Amino acid sequence: MKNKVGLAIEELHRAESDLAAELLRASDRHKVGHDIFYLGHDLARWSEQHVHKLAEHGRNYGLDLDADDSGLMATIRRRGAELAGRRHDPGLLLLKDLREIHRQAAGVSLDWEILAQTAQALKDEGLLRLSQECHPQTLRQLRWANASLKTNAAQIMVTP
Amino acid sequence: MGTIDRIAEPWGTRTPYGTGEPWPVRVDTRLDDGLTEADVDAWFQSATILHSNGDGLDIAVKDGRIVGVRGRATDRVNHGRLGPKDLFGYQANNSADRLTSPLVRRDGRLVETGWETAMSMVADRTEELLKERGPSSIGFYTTGQLFLEEYYTLALIAHGGIGTNHVDGNTRLCTATAAAALKESFGSDGQPGSYTDVDHADVIALYGHNVAETQTVLWSRILDRLAGPNPPRILCVDPRRTPVAEAATVHLAPRPGTNVALMNALLHEIVANDWVDHAYVDQHAVGFDELAKQVASCDVDWAAEICDVPADDLRAAARLLGQAERLLSTVLQGFYQSHQATAAAVQVNNVNLLRGMLGKPGCGILQMNGQPTAQNTRECGADGDLPGFRNWANDEQVKDLARVWNVEPAQIPHYSEPTHLMQMMRYVEDGSIRFLYVSGTNPAVSLPELGRIRDVLSQERLFLVVQDIFLSETAQLADVVLPAATWGEKTGTFTNADRTVHLSEKAVDPPGQARPDLDIFLDYARRLDLRDKDGEPLVTWSDPEGAFEGWKACSAGRPCDYSGLTYSKLRGGSGIQWPCNDEHPDGTERIYVDGEFWSAPSYCESYGKDLVTGAPVEPVEYKAMNPDGKAVIKAAEYLPPHEPPSAEFPYLLTTGRTLYHFHTRTKTGRVPQLQAAAPDVWIEMSAEDSAVHGWDEGDLLRVSTARGGVEARLRVSGIRRSTLFLPFHYGYWDTPGGSGPAERGRAANELTITDWDPCSKQPLFKSAAARVERISVADGPSRAPTTTASRPVAGASVPETRGGAAAAVLERLE
Repeated sequence: MKNKVGLAIEELHRAESDLAAELLRASDRHKVGHDIFYLGHDLARWSEQHVHKLAEHGRNYGLDLDADDSGLMATIRRRGAELAGRRHDPGLLLLKDLREIHRQAAGVSLDWEILAQTAQALKDEGLLRLSQECHPQTLRQLRWANASLKTNAAQIMVTP
Repeated sequence: MGTIDRIAEPWGTRTPYGTGEPWPVRVDTRLDDGLTEADVDAWFQSATILHSNGDGLDIAVKDGRIVGVRGRATDRVNHGRLGPKDLFGYQANNSADRLTSPLVRRDGRLVETGWETAMSMVADRTEELLKERGPSSIGFYTTGQLFLEEYYTLALIAHGGIGTNHVDGNTRLCTATAAAALKESFGSDGQPGSYTDVDHADVIALYGHNVAETQTVLWSRILDRLAGPNPPRILCVDPRRTPVAEAATVHLAPRPGTNVALMNALLHEIVANDWVDHAYVDQHAVGFDELAKQVASCDVDWAAEICDVPADDLRAAARLLGQAERLLSTVLQGFYQSHQATAAAVQVNNVNLLRGMLGKPGCGILQMNGQPTAQNTRECGADGDLPGFRNWANDEQVKDLARVWNVEPAQIPHYSEPTHLMQMMRYVEDGSIRFLYVSGTNPAVSLPELGRIRDVLSQERLFLVVQDIFLSETAQLADVVLPAATWGEKTGTFTNADRTVHLSEKAVDPPGQARPDLDIFLDYARRLDLRDKDGEPLVTWSDPEGAFEGWKACSAGRPCDYSGLTYSKLRGGSGIQWPCNDEHPDGTERIYVDGEFWSAPSYCESYGKDLVTGAPVEPVEYKAMNPDGKAVIKAAEYLPPHEPPSAEFPYLLTTGRTLYHFHTRTKTGRVPQLQAAAPDVWIEMSAEDSAVHGWDEGDLLRVSTARGGVEARLRVSGIRRSTLFLPFHYGYWDTPGGSGPAERGRAANELTITDWDPCSKQPLFKSAAARVERISVADGPSRAPTTTASRPVAGASVPETRGGAAAAVLERLE
């Protein structure tokens, strides 16, 4: 049992870390779209905090997860390298990035659901509190990606 | 009766009064030198246009020329008083610099032409782009200084005719956050308060609102209460030692960018001490539990650290709010143009909601406006919102607007929220907007990061139309310049920050070929041959009164209901507050009486947004949260500012205004008394910081941010430590550079950051990291006014700001 929960925490830790990296990467790539730039950073901070809290709670399940952003930076570098050399219409690239953020945030959201259900079954109050604290922020990240995509899509798509 | 130097005495003579008593009348009159009231041929009713207060006045005309102004004793707003900008500002109408002929760009230069040539160029380019690239290549950027009739016509043309989503006003820079905060808390724009709340309040809390300089007559009203029996106590939140701070019982001077932390601590104290009107909150609001949870950890010690404000001062401030019996709260740019703008302004609404202090005499909220007609920009949809506070996310309301306009609902863009100005500038930058029609505003000085803005507006592929009364910095970059008429030269209505509607009559003809903005918009619509769904002309009116009647039909049944008003009802007496309809034929002094709001899901203007991400709340979510249309108590977490000070840029720069100027000085810079009172840019620094550097009053400093640099003379003032202040009024039209800096930067917005509030989309002008260095030692003091927040610290030898005989104003006390 403990092992499975540990795996779920580890998986969410990785997914939050990836989401933070994705937000920062999109943010830096769309610096000229200033709201994406600043909000990307603000919203990545939530995921970074979640990563930290998951690492802390992971200890109860015998996990040794990165609490800081050293793993995060490595992920950003790796992803950055993957992209080198690609060329896109910057508008379409923005839509693609927002779609990716939305997809990842949706995954994170489901992972939090799993943890919350598990915590209730295990009566692990700490874990339940953690998911109640963090999950709403994931949902806000998700809604932001959706809203931002909606705001930008028309102009990007109809412009010749 | 006597004369008084109103440059030296901006608020005039005191007329003290006590709680609940009528504010005494004091009629202020200013006429051209040598004239008396007996010399005046005729008086024409109007109201003030160089701020948002909406003071009733009459325009004096002699020999077909405006020669002065006189406050209207009967007006509910000002009881006869006028501010310095109004008393002297009329002279700008007569300036020799007025645009008197359309201009078009030929071989890189603007040359004079006739209306036919200029307007056919504008209409032809619009039609070409509509054919080639569609309506999303067209943008409109207007102001907070035209008349209601003009905004409504423009909104109809842009939304109903052309079908673009790219419409905004410079109210985006000014009071978009006022609208956003009201929508968040009450489901709709519309000021809960009334200026008469000043007469009754026992505590007046002013948040980032230097009312003494922005609305001088409203401050006179407060000063008269302070001078009378049972004066109200004042809470002032401002990083500068403003006249309001001087008069305050408690003055909090927070570090710029930390308003939400400060507000959350005040709310924490109110909750912790149980200064909450639970009966009111239970009956009339949703969201209290979330707020209590959010502020539970935000104690005063936490905020004291973040805001750099003493914890005891925070406690004292909370006590004032918590123990008030009649609390009036007002908010302006210190919150609206700063980090987390809407989140902070909403917390002010929350204070009044928790205290149950709304809709009763003395209990109000004024999310203030900055410009005279900003309220109309918002009501009429010239800020991109749908007219009549209709909700773009509510299909029934879009259908209703389509009925009023007789167009198909799909013609009115409502697939996402309207494109805000900063996003429009981005679309101009990326080339997807190719036509920008700017009316009555000067983005080349007023937008953040001017180097970028000049580049964006100077692009070859952009067709830039500027409609203005002077050749502003922006007009100098235009392809076509259209000369407009202004206040006193055209008829129309406008509405102030407490919902008071005034009629402004045409007193004289505009100069040369200049035309009223309404006539220019109507000409444009005719040339585009805009039609409704039955093939009839889309715009059915041809004069201001016709447009007003059109607006009455559009606003009927909506919160901003004008259906009970007519031009003749507005003539003669006082301004009238909306809603004005069959039920309230004399207007409505206070809204939200007895906890009734306009926030029902089917009726509200907005379902709200996430205060951090700006993501709109979905209709279903809103219905679940607020099915019964109560007020919404919305909590927000504090986020650190986006550009904190660093080793390279150790100061925080805030920008703002002075009493003697309006916006980019297009008018006030051409008025001798006002220009002399504040002739050039200055920079403010605290005595503590200037002592560390060893700098003195008048030294020439260069202040820089990551975006650019500005040179200005030092005024050692009462501003908080580690913080710098620059007034934003000073551009380049009266310098060799013309549209931009020839050598040295002078405009504060060379320095500001391109960043905006996620919710209101208002740009942030009040928190940029900056460094400062000295270029040369003073050869005299800086020329900042000494009567206002820029007052020098004690002991400095600086000549007092005086207007002398040229600034004499007649005061008549009744």
